[in-house]
Amino acid sequence: MNFNLLYHFGRYIMLLRQAFSRPENWSMYWKETLRQMNDIGIGSIVIVALISVFMGAVAAVQFAYQLDGTLVPRWYIGYIVRDLAIIESAPTITCLVLAGKVGSNMAAELGGMRQKEHIDAMEIMGVNTANYLITPKVVAALVVIPLLVTLSAYIAIGGGYLATVPTGQITAEEYARGLRAFFIEFNVTMMYVKAFVFAFILTTVSCFQGYYVQGGSIELGKASTNAVVFSNILILLADYLLAVLLTS
Amino acid sequence: MIRAENIFKSFDDNEVLKGISMEFLPGKTNLIIGRSGAGKTVFLKILVGLIIPTSGKVYYDDIDFFSLNKKQIREIRMQVGMLFQGSALFDSMTVEENIRFPLDMFSNMSLAEKRDRVNWCLERVNLPGVNDKYPSEISGGMQKRVGIARAIVLSPKYLFCDEPNSGLDPRTALLIDELIQDITYEHNITTIINTHDMNSVMEIGDNIAFLHQGRLAWRGNKDQVLETENEELKSFIFASPFLQRLRTQALAAKSRS
Ligand SMILES: Nc1ncnc2c1ncn2[C@@H]1O[C@H](COP(=O)(O)OP(=O)(O)OP(=O)(O)O)[C@@H](O)[C@H]1O
Ligand SMILES: [Mg+2]
Repeated sequence: MNFNLLYHFGRYIMLLRQAFSRPENWSMYWKETLRQMNDIGIGSIVIVALISVFMGAVAAVQFAYQLDGTLVPRWYIGYIVRDLAIIESAPTITCLVLAGKVGSNMAAELGGMRQKEHIDAMEIMGVNTANYLITPKVVAALVVIPLLVTLSAYIAIGGGYLATVPTGQITAEEYARGLRAFFIEFNVTMMYVKAFVFAFILTTVSCFQGYYVQGGSIELGKASTNAVVFSNILILLADYLLAVLLTS
Repeated sequence: MIRAENIFKSFDDNEVLKGISMEFLPGKTNLIIGRSGAGKTVFLKILVGLIIPTSGKVYYDDIDFFSLNKKQIREIRMQVGMLFQGSALFDSMTVEENIRFPLDMFSNMSLAEKRDRVNWCLERVNLPGVNDKYPSEISGGMQKRVGIARAIVLSPKYLFCDEPNSGLDPRTALLIDELIQDITYEHNITTIINTHDMNSVMEIGDNIAFLHQGRLAWRGNKDQVLETENEELKSFIFASPFLQRLRTQALAAKSRS
C-alpha cells in the first residue's frame, strides 16, 4: 500500500472534477445510469435483506439479555431495535456490506476496462471517460442506496420482531409499543444524510481505485481489495464525524 | 497534417524513443515500420496523447497538441479514429453496438440511419452479418476488422492503425490494406499505420518511416525500399533468403527495363 496520501487525495479530487462535468449526450448517460441502478439496487436486495433481518434479530436478543433482572420495562426492546436500526445499523452496516459487493465490483469493472484499453479507446473517440464511466455509477448509487437503507431499517425492525415475539419473550403489543415510543424525526434525517454520504464515498473511492489501475491481474485484485478497505475506513470515519456534527 | 517534433520517451531507464521528428501528410498512407519492441506502439500512442512523452511536441495542423486543455483535446479526438493492436472492443457490447458507440455518443442520426452506417462499415471490412455477435464469439482477425469499422464510422480526419493486419490471412490482410488506402485517398485522411508486414510495405507504403533502436533510421516510399542500401532496413524487410532472392530479381528486372 502506498501511503503517499496527499498525492492520492489530489488525484482523487481531480478525477471527481473531471467526472462531474456536463455530459456530452444525456440519453447515453441516462441509459447507463438506469443500468447501474438495476445492478446496484436489484442486485443487492437479497443480501441487504438477509443482513438486516439478522441485525435486528441480534440487537433484540442481546438487548433482552441485558434487560434481564433490571427495572427497565421489556417493551423497550422495540424502541432500542428501531433506533439502533435507523441511526446506525441500517445506514452504516448496509453501506459497509455494499462497499464489499458493489464497490469491489465497480473497481474490477473499471480496472478491467483500463487494462483492456477500453478506456483508451473511448478517450480516443473524444469521450470524457471519467464523466461517462463514473457519474452514472455515483448518481445511481445516490438514488438506490438510500432506498436500500430504508428497506434495511424496516427489515431490521421485522427481524427484531421475529426474534422476540414468536419465542415468547414479549408480546406483539409490547413490541409495537416500543416501536412507537420516543420517536425523534431527526433520527430519520440523520439516517438519510449518512446514506447519501456513505453512498458517495463508496462509489467514488471504488471508481478511483479501478480507473487508475495499471499492470495485470494482480494489480486488478489489489485495486478491488483497496476499494473495499478504503471505502470501509472512510465510511467509518465519516460515520464518526457525522455523529459528532449531527448530534452536537 | 500531423507533425512530431523531437520526441523522446523513456520508461524508467529504458530509453525507447530517442528524438524522433516526422511529418504525416493528409491523403497519404504513412507507414511506421520496425522490429517488435522498436517503439511503434509507444510512438503512435504519443501521437494521440495516450502516452505523454518525456520531451518533444506533437502538432495537429499547427496546433500544439500538448498545450491544449482536456476539452480542446476531446474536440480534436472526435476527428480521430484508432485501431488498437489488441482491437480493444467493448466486450459487454455486440459488434453492432461497438461500431455504433461513437455514433450514439456524438451524432444526431436516427437509429435506422445509424444501423445503415454500421452495416455500410461492416461491408467495407468484408464482415456482413455479424452484427449481433459478441467480440468473444468472433475470431481475432474478425475483431481487428470490427475495430477498423469502429475507427472509420465517424469518417475521421486522422486515422491511426496499430498493426491492422497482424493475425489475418494474406488475402484478408491485402483487403484491409486496400480498404485503408481507399478511404485515405477518398476522404483525404491523414493515415498512420504501424506494421511489420512486408506486403503492406510494398503495396501501400506512400511514406515509410523505419524505427530502429529508438531513432528514425530511414525514410522513403515503397519503390525506394527495394533499392535501399540501408543494412538494417534490408535485413528487416528482406529477412528471409526467399525475399532476398525476390529482391535481387526485381532489381535485375528493373535495371533491364
Ligand atoms: N507502459 C510501459 N511501461 C514500460 N515500458 C513500456 C511500456 N510500454 C512499452 N514499453 C517498452 O517500450 C518498448 C517498445 O514497445 P512497443 O509496444 O512500442 O513496441 P512495438 O514496436 O509496438 O512492438 P510490436 O511490434 O511487438 O507491437 C518495449 O521495450 C517495451 O518494453
Ligand atoms: Mg506494437
